[in-house]
Amino acid sequence: MIDWGWIADHVPAILGRAVQHLEFAAIALVVGFAISFGLALLSVRYRPAYPVVAGLAGILFTIPSLALYSSFVPVIGLSLLTVEIPLVLYTLVIYVRNIVAGFDSVPAEVLEAADGMGYTRMQRLRAVELPLAVPLMVAGLRVASVSTIGLVTISGILGSSFGGFGFFIFERPNFATEILVGAVGSIALALLADALFGVLQRRLTPWSRLNVELEMAKTGRSAAQATAAV
Amino acid sequence: MATAESVVFEHVTKRYGVAEARREAAAGRLPAAVDDLSFEVPAGRICVLVGPSGCGKTTSLKMVNRLIEPTSGRILIGGEDVATRDVIALRRSIGYVIQQVGLFPHQTVGENVETVTRLLGWAPERRRARSDELLELVGLDPSRYATRYPSQLSGGERQRVGVARALAADPPVLLMDEPFGAVDPIVRERLQNELLHLQDQLAKTILFVTHDIDEAIKMGDLVAVMQAGGHLAQFAPPAEILANPASDFVARFVGADRGLKRLALTRVNELDLMAPVTASPGEDAAEARRRALADPFPWLLLVDAMRRPLGWVEEADIPTSGNLTEELASAMSPLLDRRTTLKDALARLIEAEVQAGVVTDARGAVIGLVTAEMIFDWSRRTAEEARASEGPTRETAS
Repeated sequence: MIDWGWIADHVPAILGRAVQHLEFAAIALVVGFAISFGLALLSVRYRPAYPVVAGLAGILFTIPSLALYSSFVPVIGLSLLTVEIPLVLYTLVIYVRNIVAGFDSVPAEVLEAADGMGYTRMQRLRAVELPLAVPLMVAGLRVASVSTIGLVTISGILGSSFGGFGFFIFERPNFATEILVGAVGSIALALLADALFGVLQRRLTPWSRLNVELEMAKTGRSAAQATAAV
Repeated sequence: MATAESVVFEHVTKRYGVAEARREAAAGRLPAAVDDLSFEVPAGRICVLVGPSGCGKTTSLKMVNRLIEPTSGRILIGGEDVATRDVIALRRSIGYVIQQVGLFPHQTVGENVETVTRLLGWAPERRRARSDELLELVGLDPSRYATRYPSQLSGGERQRVGVARALAADPPVLLMDEPFGAVDPIVRERLQNELLHLQDQLAKTILFVTHDIDEAIKMGDLVAVMQAGGHLAQFAPPAEILANPASDFVARFVGADRGLKRLALTRVNELDLMAPVTASPGEDAAEARRRALADPFPWLLLVDAMRRPLGWVEEADIPTSGNLTEELASAMSPLLDRRTTLKDALARLIEAEVQAGVVTDARGAVIGLVTAEMIFDWSRRTAEEARASEGPTRETAS
């Protein structure tokens, strides 16, 4: 049923698509995080902005991906931006919610103690708030990476220079082997990203790893909340 | 060692406007106003701000390190108005301990204690040495505790680290907001005693907030009783507050058992102790009997050569001839170290066979007797004296 010969003949092409897939996803994840971090800081410092930011990002996420990809084509034609703009927009809701939740998770008494001991605003942000917000931020990165990798696959609909593994799914609708390569490749990348960020999350917070059960339960729950919110 | 400095409140008032009150409420805080607060804490003393919730005691404390800015009035530390100082430098020069401790969970105990010295730019070795010294001071072995994270500590250990962290830069003034409010009663008592012991060595000026009047009486050299609306109801040493409450509010707040609480503040060697009739085994019985009968107290106290008490002999049991022997002692009564409080002495006397406690010195030798009547007399007399000198108390309480 599976044409192993085709796979053997197309190893360079498959690897090339894997690189493209990761490239598309990585760009969106990095740019999306930068934008979201700014929006989240704004939301934390100026609370009334939060419902507006989260609401808009939420609406963007409800737009079906096929529709969003296609709607940019008449405006900016086919370029890297045609893929990246929708991908970045989709990450916003996941990131912003998690980064804000990260800052909110810093206990009030820790902030009070920091202020009382004479931290300046910037020192407090850098030395206290950021490190304590990291677990939830990485949890957001983890969810966003899985979601983005999935959406890159769909960008294959835009044509042969897009899609990463999605290219194989859309190229020949009747050739099962090629479709399977695209699907399995996409799934493998998503699982890999999820595992990678899971490890990173624990590496970055040695202080919470000591409290393994408690912290695992917490991060598990917040990741689930983020997914549910999505 | 930085010397302690006086803390003076001069007509300090804090009012919350509608917008500010709403902002505070949104941040989960309940702002309490403070109304024309004036008092002076001399350098090196502990002043406890005590009162029911909403009386403005925490607000008052936070105005000292300017976490809250007063609406009017001045707060002076060592004669200098805190409002004129750079707020960050001011806070780094004041120790701050809060109920939930607020240790940084992502830093080790050692890093937590180094917080202020790090902010002040001390060299790492000097910070480290200071942190070890402080951990030892609060009873935590640095070699075992410095590398642990706060999540690995018990509540009492965390609070000790909180105190060590507040002392890092040797601040002349320490602010403590219900520091022992979140630990269980046994640990709380131990931490209270440790802080008093520490204070004997450090002699910092400490402002201490609590809602527990017993803690206030125990910890304070001075107690500021506050009531709803941020009014100062009374400012005086604990004994005076108990003996002569300035208002019905203070009387109710210190409790109907304030007479008993007052007994806990005085030690038996502060009373004019009664001299017992004493004799040692081997002495002439007839002579001892004559002396015992001449004294209104119906018991003879048998003591050894070091004047340590052996027991009581009832007058009627003293032989008319021969020598006294140790076997004659038929009853004992409470032996009270001279530092026993009147409250504890009374508690022991209530159950005793002979209603007189034998007060002994550090070597266990008899220095006198104390009876329940003497304690009652002392209580009556001192309460009357306090009422007689009521004028000045009312003034300070205004």
